[in-house]
Amino acid sequence: MIEVRHLSKHFGRTVAVNDVSFDVSRGEVLGFLGPNGAGKSTTMRILTGYIPPTSGRASVAGIDLVEDSLAVRRRIGYLPESAPLYGDMEVVEFLRFVAEIRGISPGETRERIARMVKRCGLDSVIGRSIHHLSKGYRQRVGIAQAMIHDPDLLILDEPTSGLDPNQIIEIRELIRELGREKTVILSTHILPEVSATCDRVLIIDEGAIVASGSPQELSASHGSGEGVTITVRSSDPAGCGDLLRAAPFVSEVSVADGSADGLVSIEIFGTEQSGLGEEVFRFAVANNWTLAELRTEKASLEDVFRSLTRKEASVE
Amino acid sequence: MNNIWTILRKEFRSYFDSPVAYIYITFFLVLSSWLFMRGFFLVGQASMRGFFGILPWLLLFFVPAVTMRLWAEEKKLGTIELLMTLPVRDHEVVLGKFLASFFFLVVTMALSFSIPLMTALLGNPDAGPVLGGYFGAVLLGAAYLAIGLFVSSLTENQIIAFIIAVTLTFLLFIVGEEFVVYSAPSALVPILKFLGMGAHFDSIGRGVVDSRDVIYYLSVVGFFLYLNVRAVESRKWK
Repeated sequence: MIEVRHLSKHFGRTVAVNDVSFDVSRGEVLGFLGPNGAGKSTTMRILTGYIPPTSGRASVAGIDLVEDSLAVRRRIGYLPESAPLYGDMEVVEFLRFVAEIRGISPGETRERIARMVKRCGLDSVIGRSIHHLSKGYRQRVGIAQAMIHDPDLLILDEPTSGLDPNQIIEIRELIRELGREKTVILSTHILPEVSATCDRVLIIDEGAIVASGSPQELSASHGSGEGVTITVRSSDPAGCGDLLRAAPFVSEVSVADGSADGLVSIEIFGTEQSGLGEEVFRFAVANNWTLAELRTEKASLEDVFRSLTRKEASVE
Repeated sequence: MNNIWTILRKEFRSYFDSPVAYIYITFFLVLSSWLFMRGFFLVGQASMRGFFGILPWLLLFFVPAVTMRLWAEEKKLGTIELLMTLPVRDHEVVLGKFLASFFFLVVTMALSFSIPLMTALLGNPDAGPVLGGYFGAVLLGAAYLAIGLFVSSLTENQIIAFIIAVTLTFLLFIVGEEFVVYSAPSALVPILKFLGMGAHFDSIGRGVVDSRDVIYYLSVVGFFLYLNVRAVESRKWK
């Protein structure tokens, strides 16, 4: 569906996007993940034909972006960052305007608008001026606008920024639903969003792709191994820590300072990728410890993101 | 072509969606009538010459106020990104916006038609200068609009767009006036006289519609609309 090859964008001497290549296949939901100013929006602006790349090429459905920008734009639905909309227009008037520019016939427009209203939950605000809407509704109008011509490809720049938790969940559900039939590219700097909505993630930092894969793959390949936290009843926390440290399957132990009720929390990191929880349990039983809690923590996407983007920063 | 029409309608409607249009029109009609009527009974002639004398100066402030919003607001709110990623060509948007402001100007001018009607009731004015005057005013207004629209595309601040447009229009208007031409080097005189927007208006206002004047105004419109398209494209040059 999308082919991007060695795409770069310079603004004067600043490099916003640096030699980026990736493919997106039909029906995939791809997430751009990166800190603010990493080049996510710039990449999207290039893909939507708003600005041309400095070098490199990109095509959507086999059509080159620079050569036939209009044809590409016809196939894309785009929600720019922070959903800029014409505030003085009414919701229905605005959707009709976009539909008309998209070349939808007047007869069909009515039906399309009705479908968008239903799908994006706009019934209650349809006749209102856009500048009277809450952020959540504006965002939904922005998504409705992007889908009105039923495009194969949706590009959504931070679709959930500035929304409250309920609205975020609603928008995520909408995106997941859309992802079943359409190709979606979305950007975010909120990590749980990616695991919640995307099939594949590109982690972008300082204009370059630093990692790509499914959220699970990324956690597995870049994580720092498993961690287990146990809570035991003990009068000698330091002794427990020393015993654990001597065990062969343990690489690192940290004992929390004593607590009032005799419960001690100990964090353990293993030498192997998996199976640490069971080992710790057996070890505790062998030593006759009273185990109040045992919790396994997988390396999260958050750790991956932080380790990847911080590394880049420290190189500089 | 369809896109131009769609954008024209959207922009034209958005004038009337807010109170701004009504304030502009009222301001224009009250001020033009007041300035005209003040001298009308003193002169004691059923002539519109006074009206067309003040019109260029009124339009000097009225037109930039009409155009200042058209691009600056899009840039400020970021809607320009939404608009320019729709399947429209840059020149279609420029033309649509220009024509919308043009029709708004025509509507405003048409509403001032009570003045020639009144003069016709009170006396027997020559129809030629009146029609010629309106024709010239519309052409002059179109040239102002093209300048104002272009300036609006250079900034995201409407106030700055207004002030620069007034200044630029004013300079282009007076550059052919006698007292500017007097102090200019003689080699430049014919050029300045040709470039000045005021001189071309005077001859049309006398009821003489010369094709050279019409072509002059259309060239000014074309030139600034072209610059406008280039300015909109400039986001692609960086």
